[in-house]
Amino acid sequence: MLELANIRKAFNQGQHNEYWALKGIDLEIPPARVNVLKGPSGSGKTTLLTILGCLARPTEGRVRLKGEDISGLPERFLTEIRRSTFGFIFQQFNLVRGLSAIENIILPGYPTGTPRARLVERAEALLADMQLSHRRDAKVEWLSGGEQQRVAICRALINDPEILVADEPTANLDSKLSAEFLAILRRLAEAGRTVILTSHDPLVVESEVVDRVYSLRDGQLIEVVDTRRAWP
Amino acid sequence: MNRWIEKQRHLIDFTASSLARRKGKSLGLLVVYTLLVFVLASVSLYTHALRNEATRVLAGTPEVVLQRLIAGRHDLIPPGYIEKIGRVRGVQKIEGRLWGYYYDSVLKANYTFMVPSDRRIAEGEIVVGPALERSRGLAEGNGISFRAYSGELHTFIVSEVLAHESELVNADLVLMSEADFRRFFAYPDGHYTDIALWVANPQEVRNVGLKLINALPDSRPILREEVLRTYASIFDWREGMMLALLSAAILAFGIFAWEKAAGLSAEEKREIGILKAIGWETGDVIAMKFWEGFLVSLLAFLLGYVAAYVHVFHFEFALFAPVLQGWAVLYPSFALTPKIDGLQVATLFVFSVLPYTAATLVPIWRAATTDPDTVMRS
Amino acid sequence: MSRPSDRVLAFTLFAAALFAATFVDAGIRRDAHEPALQRTERLVEDLRLSDLVLFTEARYTRHLSQADLHSAFQDHPVALEHFPSGSLLPPPALLLDRHEPLDREAAPSD
Ligand SMILES: Nc1ncnc2c1ncn2[C@@H]1O[C@H](COP(=O)(O)OP(=O)(O)OP(=O)(O)O)[C@@H](O)[C@H]1O
Ligand SMILES: [Mg+2]
Repeated sequence: MLELANIRKAFNQGQHNEYWALKGIDLEIPPARVNVLKGPSGSGKTTLLTILGCLARPTEGRVRLKGEDISGLPERFLTEIRRSTFGFIFQQFNLVRGLSAIENIILPGYPTGTPRARLVERAEALLADMQLSHRRDAKVEWLSGGEQQRVAICRALINDPEILVADEPTANLDSKLSAEFLAILRRLAEAGRTVILTSHDPLVVESEVVDRVYSLRDGQLIEVVDTRRAWP
Repeated sequence: MNRWIEKQRHLIDFTASSLARRKGKSLGLLVVYTLLVFVLASVSLYTHALRNEATRVLAGTPEVVLQRLIAGRHDLIPPGYIEKIGRVRGVQKIEGRLWGYYYDSVLKANYTFMVPSDRRIAEGEIVVGPALERSRGLAEGNGISFRAYSGELHTFIVSEVLAHESELVNADLVLMSEADFRRFFAYPDGHYTDIALWVANPQEVRNVGLKLINALPDSRPILREEVLRTYASIFDWREGMMLALLSAAILAFGIFAWEKAAGLSAEEKREIGILKAIGWETGDVIAMKFWEGFLVSLLAFLLGYVAAYVHVFHFEFALFAPVLQGWAVLYPSFALTPKIDGLQVATLFVFSVLPYTAATLVPIWRAATTDPDTVMRS
Repeated sequence: MSRPSDRVLAFTLFAAALFAATFVDAGIRRDAHEPALQRTERLVEDLRLSDLVLFTEARYTRHLSQADLHSAFQDHPVALEHFPSGSLLPPPALLLDRHEPLDREAAPSD
């Protein structure tokens, strides 16, 4: 699905505070699986995730999406790919305050020019799937943390992406909500979506819904473990 | 095309709800902005219409008004002067005018007393302009006394009040018979205030003026052309006191708008980051902000202009008239004929919509081009 | 769900309609004023009037076109006016033309 070849990423390149956050990473993300990037703080998880999700470009190396090299594409095309192929869930949820749940969910659909009725219809289906239909018109700042997270998931899914990317998605959730969230991810993966998340929460890393764990340290991939026995 | 329209509507959706979110601020901005357009448009519409009306109405002024100067001061036309002019070639008709000012110490107002050449007014009677009707409470059949310079009181009966529809030219007039006029002002017989004359060939007016100065070196001819030019330049001088005052307001608004539009709040910056991360292009964010600036300024322009129109043509420019009328006690109340210049409206549109729209776009440029991954690190 | 953009566009359209209506109203009023304007034109001709009754505060403001070289309007162009109307109206161009060379001659050389 997604392949990285010899990815290196420098911040402030050429300056006195140049810092290499990733130092040559090769990995392959299989489709329709739940993948977790783990590692100590500062090991480069978020940096790697932004490269996987086309939010940032690597300084060196290639990113291949479904066999196609996308690391050299201009910004416009990258945005297009990001919009159609990726859905994002952020640690702070990053919902737009003041807008209702449903308005937040349909935001990623705006630049596509999809008719509003269609977007709303899809958003309602997603809300129903998350058991959130009753909170449809509530302003997002009034929602509980778990509800906000589910709204964020709906938003990530509105453009029907193949890959779902989440950075520390459970950091703001208690263990019960985290478990529920993981169950949702499992469902999405079983429905054919690829899920990539970062975490240092053992509850996530050791969870049985996770298919594969990538361990990072100091910007290098040190271990890849397939955790689930039952591969189809 | 449909997709494009749908997308713009989405962007307007977002803009509209973000404006609604900052309700107080947006509404305040719209109100101040609308007020500014209102003031500018009021002054602009008013002066344009007044200028037009003046040019139109004064087209019937005598072709030449001839004054006599002594030691650089205006003086009476002595007997025999008119006959001398009669010998200047090209002059078709000559008439001595009798008029002057009267200061009414009751109202502290100046009236224009004159002897009409088109009608006979019986001795002891006067015809008054509508401003006198209003301020002195005069009506047909009422009597009024004026104190002459000699000190004696003269009483006149009002036989007619001039038409209200012509207040712009007749408001302060007091018309009386020649005998009354001469008696009241102790005006010497055979003397006139000035001379109105008409020229047979309109192309010759300038020449006739020159000939008059040559023949009568103490005369000062005022051509109709000059009268019209005086009124065409009405309110142009230093763009007017009001516009000068207004420029301070414009400046203040400029600063306010800049501050509001240019300084993106942290909240807005965060929002732009989110939008970019979830797949909005730089162009989408800019288009969204464009709609914000454009819609706000367009609305301010439309509402301000409509309010100004109603103010000028339905309410006689009531809010600002006192400024323009200066210290005058008698002022005409007149409904101007709406004469609107397309170019003038277009200029107003451009000057009210463009700068603000541009001001909203400038800061967004930088924010919108930030890398989408920054949102991961907030 | 009523759409925010629909509300904004509807309101803008409404304002635009009002804007357009002012032009229609202007046309109607112009026609309605026409007879009165013609009567005023005739009055100006009949009474040999030469000026508008805009500022009656002083003789040189009442009859602007008759103002002479020595009234307040013809003070130096940058002089402060006694009457507010002075700041709204320039002195007649003809007088200015005559005054300018004089001013230049009178100015002390530096
Ligand atoms: N914009 C930047 N400029 C300079 N250095 C950066 C920048 N972003 C990240 N870094 C550095 O890169 C390294 C990797 O950062 P990254 O956010 O990927 O770590 P992480 O594994 O996600 O950590 P955590 O678990 O704390 O989220 C860190 O040392 C960080 O300081
Ligand atoms: Mg991180």
